[in-house]
Amino acid sequence: MSEGRTLAEKVWDQHVVRRAEGEPDLLYIDLHLIHEVTSPQAFDGLRMAGRTVRRPDLTIATEDHNVPTRDILAPIADPVSRAQVETLRKNAAEFGIRLHPMGDDGQGIVHVIGPQLGLTQPGMTVVCGDSHTSTHGAFGALAFGIGTSEVEHVLATQTLPAYRPKTMAIEVRGELPAGVTAKDLILAIIAKIGTGGGQGHIVEYRGEAIRELSMEARMTICNMSIEAGARAGMIAPDETTFEYLRGREHAPQGAEWDAAVEYWKSLRTDDDAEFDTVVEIDAASLTPFVTWGTNPGQGLPLGASVPSPEEFADPVERAAAERALEYMGLTAGTPLREIAVDTVFLGSCTNGRIEDLRAAAEVLRGRKVVTRTLVVPGSMRVKAAAEAEGLDRVFKEAGAEWREAGCSMCLGMNPDQLAAGERSASTSNRNFEGRQGKGGRTHLVSPAVAAATAVTGRLTAPADL
Amino acid sequence: MEAFTTHTGRAVPLRRSNVDTDQIIPAVWLKQVSRTGFEKGLFAAWREDPSFVLNDPAHEGASILVAGPDFGTGSSREHAVWALQQYGFRVVIAPRFGDIFRNNATKGGLLPVVLPGEVVEEIQDLVEADPAAEITVDLGAREVRYGADGAHGFEIDDYTRWRLMEGLDDIGLTLRYADHITTYENGRQSWLPTTV
Repeated sequence: MSEGRTLAEKVWDQHVVRRAEGEPDLLYIDLHLIHEVTSPQAFDGLRMAGRTVRRPDLTIATEDHNVPTRDILAPIADPVSRAQVETLRKNAAEFGIRLHPMGDDGQGIVHVIGPQLGLTQPGMTVVCGDSHTSTHGAFGALAFGIGTSEVEHVLATQTLPAYRPKTMAIEVRGELPAGVTAKDLILAIIAKIGTGGGQGHIVEYRGEAIRELSMEARMTICNMSIEAGARAGMIAPDETTFEYLRGREHAPQGAEWDAAVEYWKSLRTDDDAEFDTVVEIDAASLTPFVTWGTNPGQGLPLGASVPSPEEFADPVERAAAERALEYMGLTAGTPLREIAVDTVFLGSCTNGRIEDLRAAAEVLRGRKVVTRTLVVPGSMRVKAAAEAEGLDRVFKEAGAEWREAGCSMCLGMNPDQLAAGERSASTSNRNFEGRQGKGGRTHLVSPAVAAATAVTGRLTAPADL
Repeated sequence: MEAFTTHTGRAVPLRRSNVDTDQIIPAVWLKQVSRTGFEKGLFAAWREDPSFVLNDPAHEGASILVAGPDFGTGSSREHAVWALQQYGFRVVIAPRFGDIFRNNATKGGLLPVVLPGEVVEEIQDLVEADPAAEITVDLGAREVRYGADGAHGFEIDDYTRWRLMEGLDDIGLTLRYADHITTYENGRQSWLPTTV
């Protein structure tokens, strides 16, 4: 039996507060991110039990899911959304938790602000009442989404009881071809292993193509780990990680920095460690990837056609495909490039960072959009950075809408929604029925494909222009 | 949390795979700050279709949902568990569950039971043919019993089973180890960040 440990096992072991036979490990949580949607009932629970927040100094809150992305200095028009945001403000004040409210220059999507502040660091445990917490695994942190009962548990104890999941290696061989992005890669991975493929596992993304990715691209990969069913996704920290963190507001300084880097360098899977499951992907064979159905595993290369349900041997998959085609209003055999969209959405915790905006702006520079196109930065700092580079002008001159930071059209909780029957090309993470608004139809795409699609009105890669 | 030992009730067959939490409760319902009233949002979009199985009067009052693989994938919203419970479900049976949903369910006392696909289909066939058929979910024996002589065991770890059968609150259990937490905290690496 090998004695080596995987990256996930090292980070897990480092955080065990208590281990007892026949019980879940009690894990310490280094960073707890809070937003308005999954926290109110947790704070109510604390009050009812007469408990308090153990470590407000390891907790940070932001407003993202409900917030409108224009007129943000006016009160939220929807009284129910407004009440939820105001409840977060009241709870943060009562329990002494740092909050970045709407209008604050530190506000943004919870998974964009953690890394941006340097709060997400290698080897940490990070949780949030949001399934896309897996994003933070890009730094070699163990980061996973939790429900409201667990939010309350972390607030009260700064720990969580949990069984250690199995480990899965996703080995990405070779290099990504030019024009193929992290989003295409993760969509291809999910199509290969399925929405349940990662269940019960922490995934470690490895291999040459992963090492070559920027931090932001790595966040896009880890973000969608949950779409493959995985509990978390991780990438071993390296010089790219350290360079991203160096000098950030909450990153270690001076001698602490040196000690931290020394430790972070040990956070890699030992050569003799064994994964429970290993999946291999050939990066060099990939092309831009889009989804055609109503779960993120229903994706294909852009050059393919809408599949016929008969192509699926498994009866469950066949039934799912039939239902998806009906909901999506698609006919088997239609080339994906012929699918016309009504709206393009560029943003979300998957693809709302500065590199995503740059990739889209590069396509849109000097061109005009023919569809409604929303460009929504993931945080107010991303917005400021984009404006400093003049990206906002590129978007506006192309005819796109340049908005304020928030989750926006990734989910139907704020004014940015699809109407019933409308179809989008979206850089977000979920193509579920009604996800972007009741009756809306979603095709998941990369920022570059989103921008090219905005130019032609049909699913398009930049190379097609 | 209400303790769960054995439950006998009628079942609803939901023959769909990948029933994500956005379908169980659409996002618009998540704006509530209370913990009650979510039963109205359960499968809200699908329930608009009169032929949706939950609208079939034959299944009224059923307390066991029998679904296809990958039930509860997607968003971490515990509102999905609350909606199912407040509608009247005590058990969800499926061949596979989303990890976060399964975790959330056991926190609130909704029992997620994993059974092989063919057994799930057998139970779906049974309750489709006879909606009045009763299913027994015995957590103590880790067994589901159905029909004349149908029975199938299911796996659940001892700790979670004990917690569900006693109806215990996780936070109270963890707070017994407050000293362990303090000891751990005192040994944390000095460079780790704070949010202040």
